[in-house]
Formats: sequence, C-alpha cells, structure tokens
Amino acid sequence: MKFWRTPLDVERLKVPRGEVHIIKDRCKGCGFCVEYCPRGALEMSDEFNAKGYHPPRITDETLCVSCNLCEMLCPEFAIFCVLKEEPEPGEEKKVEG
Amino acid sequence: MRADAPAKPAIEHPMESLLRMDRIPHIWCPTCGIGTAVTAFASALEENEIPLDSVSVVSGIGCTGRVAGYMKLDSYHTTHGRAVPFAVGLHLAKPSLKVVVFSGDGDLAGIGGNHFIHTARRNVDITVICVNNFLYAMTGGQVAATTPVSANTSTSPYGNFEQPFNLPLLAQSCGAVYVARWTALHIRRMTKAFGEALNKKGFSFVEVIAPCSTLYARRNRLGTGLDLMKFYHDNSEIRHGADPNDLNIGFQEKIICGKFVDIEKPTFLDSMNECYGKSLGEKYEIYEGAAHA
Ligand code: SF4
Ligand code: SF4
Ligand code: SF4
Repeated sequence: MKFWRTPLDVERLKVPRGEVHIIKDRCKGCGFCVEYCPRGALEMSDEFNAKGYHPPRITDETLCVSCNLCEMLCPEFAIFCVLKEEPEPGEEKKVEG
Repeated sequence: MRADAPAKPAIEHPMESLLRMDRIPHIWCPTCGIGTAVTAFASALEENEIPLDSVSVVSGIGCTGRVAGYMKLDSYHTTHGRAVPFAVGLHLAKPSLKVVVFSGDGDLAGIGGNHFIHTARRNVDITVICVNNFLYAMTGGQVAATTPVSANTSTSPYGNFEQPFNLPLLAQSCGAVYVARWTALHIRRMTKAFGEALNKKGFSFVEVIAPCSTLYARRNRLGTGLDLMKFYHDNSEIRHGADPNDLNIGFQEKIICGKFVDIEKPTFLDSMNECYGKSLGEKYEIYEGAAHA
C-alpha cells in the first residue's frame, strides 16, 4: 500500500483479511460485487450456474479486506465474507504472493 | 476450510436467519435493486439489535411488495395500495410493535397515495420504506406517480408528460418526522437511515431509489441495473438537510440524497391520549402502550 505520509502507527495496524463465500447457484450474475469490490478481488467467470448465469469468482483472496461491500450490495444473498481470524503481523506485503 | 477449495463448506449466509430461505431465490430480475434494499433492512435490524419478535413488515402489491413474503418476520402482504392502512391497524392494536411498511412507489404513492398522506398527517408511529423504481413494475411498466418527465414507460410511449411526485416533499409537507432518501448504491447510509427510521417515534419515511432493469432501464435504453448503479454513483449528491422543495428527480438528472427531516412531534396516540385525558379526566384510561414505552 502506498502512503502519502507514512502513518505513525503503521506497524501496529493490521489489515483485516476476509474469506469470501460465493453461493453460485443463487447468483444472477448482476456484477455489482465485481464492480464495487474496492480491492478488485472478484471477477465474473465464464462458468454457468444452474440457472445459466455467470457467477463471480475470486481472483486473489489475499486481496480481500473483509469490507463486506459485496455482501451488502448483492441483491441475491449470494456472496458473503467472513473475517479471517489469523491477522498477519505487519502488513499485506507479507501475505501477498 | 481452504481458501482455494472449489466449493467451500456450507457456512450459512449471515442473512439466512432473517429470510424465508424456502422462497429464495427470489423472483426479482437480475440487477434489480430491491434485493439490495432488503439486505440493508436486514442489516439495520441486526445492527440496532431490534428483537425480531417486535418487528412486523407489511407490503402491498408490486415487485417490492414481495418483500413481506421473503422476510422471516411477522409479515403481511396486503392488497394493492393498502399496506399503510393495514400497518396502521396493526400499530394501533399493538403499539409496542415496530411496524414497517416495505413497498414500492406505485403501491404507496399511486394506488395508496391517500393512505400515505393521511397517515403522515396524523403522525402515526410507523416506518415506511418506499423503493422507488419510477414505474409500476410488476404490472408491466406503466407510468406511475413518480415517473420522471420524458421517461418512457409502457403507457407513456412518447415520454411521460405528467409531473411526478417529489416523495420526500410529499412526506415532509404531510407531517412526517423523519424523511431520508438514498439510492440502492448507498448501502451503508441506507442501512443507517433504516435504523434511525425504525427507532424514530412517529411517521418515518425512507425513499430508496433502485434500478428496475427489466422495465425502466430497458424501455429507456439505460442498460442494466449495473449501469443505473454507476449512474447513481456519478450523479447523486449528498445534501443533508436540503429543502425538500429542491428534491425533484428529472429524467437521468442529479439525485439529491440525504436526511432531510428529523424532528420531534407528538404521535397520533400521544395526541389522542392527551386530548381524551384532558376532556374525560379520571374516566379515561390511557390507551395501552401509548405512554412512551
Ligand atoms: S469483502 Fe470487500 S474486499 Fe472482500 S471481496 Fe467483498 S467487496 Fe471485495
Ligand atoms: S452481486 Fe450477487 S448476484 Fe450479483 S454477481 Fe455478485 S454474487 Fe452474483
Ligand atoms: S420488473 Fe423491475 S422492479 Fe420488478 S423485479 Fe424486475 S427489475 Fe425489479
């Protein structure tokens, strides 16, 4: 993450991590979650679900910061995120990969 | 639980306890915004720790009218336009209930418009959530009391020439004590507004501007609901406390959102008890629940 000015408590802050769950067969492929995920952690897939819609898929789960925006925006109750309970010390640099 | 496992173990969606899962998937079209408003409402109930036994949802007819059937709460699906009078009856019979009307613009401002204005005038202690998609969606996309001028609907094929209602102004001028408007994209603010409205004593009103992809967006060549969400993103302006007279919505014009009214006023039951108490004295027994519970 780039900072305009490094926050004094950057060492102490932990970026939350989320675990995204997609209930594919409930999705109607609206794309709200993909469009508004602030971390670009989702993309539409080519796969078809039971109703013939394209559900989203996770590009890189380490990007997810568990903001729950996808969950709040989804009109189908088809995606949600749970906070991962193993915060890495330091920053996301360590978990990227 | 592996992050990369193709099918993750079935943890329940957090909303499932609040929904009648046997009826999900719901009937709403892809990219319709009503489901998002339902999520925000369910979150508001959770965030405000409102006991679910004390909430009931009343809907009328229409796409949004289906909400009552999907929420796992005491709910009632009334005839067209009659959600508000049913809710008033429910409230008067048991004032300790939080009665929420969750319905569409066609149902509340069109067919049920008269009930709406008189319930606001009397300041009956209920919450009205109006999902405004600018037309009668379920019946085939006819022009509604909220259709912006020049918008195309199935009964305004050359563009609408009628002046639409400005719903926050209507609610405020009739006497509502809480009035807010958000779009389906303002999920967190909408959730907050629902919480405030639920906790407000008196007639509270929240308008939610939501995409109707199948009828409104398609007939007006506006793309999908996602395109409308992007439109809200670029064209909505938050102006708390704005004068309700300035809140008209033109076709594909700026949408002013925010909380416009938040005042205190005696409710219908407060006034009734006060009046009868004064006139009848000892003989009058204060109506149960009317004392500020
Ligand atoms: S929780 Fe937030 S960061 Fe994670 S996938 Fe959803 S929208 Fe993206
Ligand atoms: S927001 Fe929900 S319905 Fe829309 S694409 Fe994402 S998971 Fe599917
Ligand atoms: S017709 Fe419009 S309002 Fe009704 S479910 Fe479809 S998109 Fe939503």
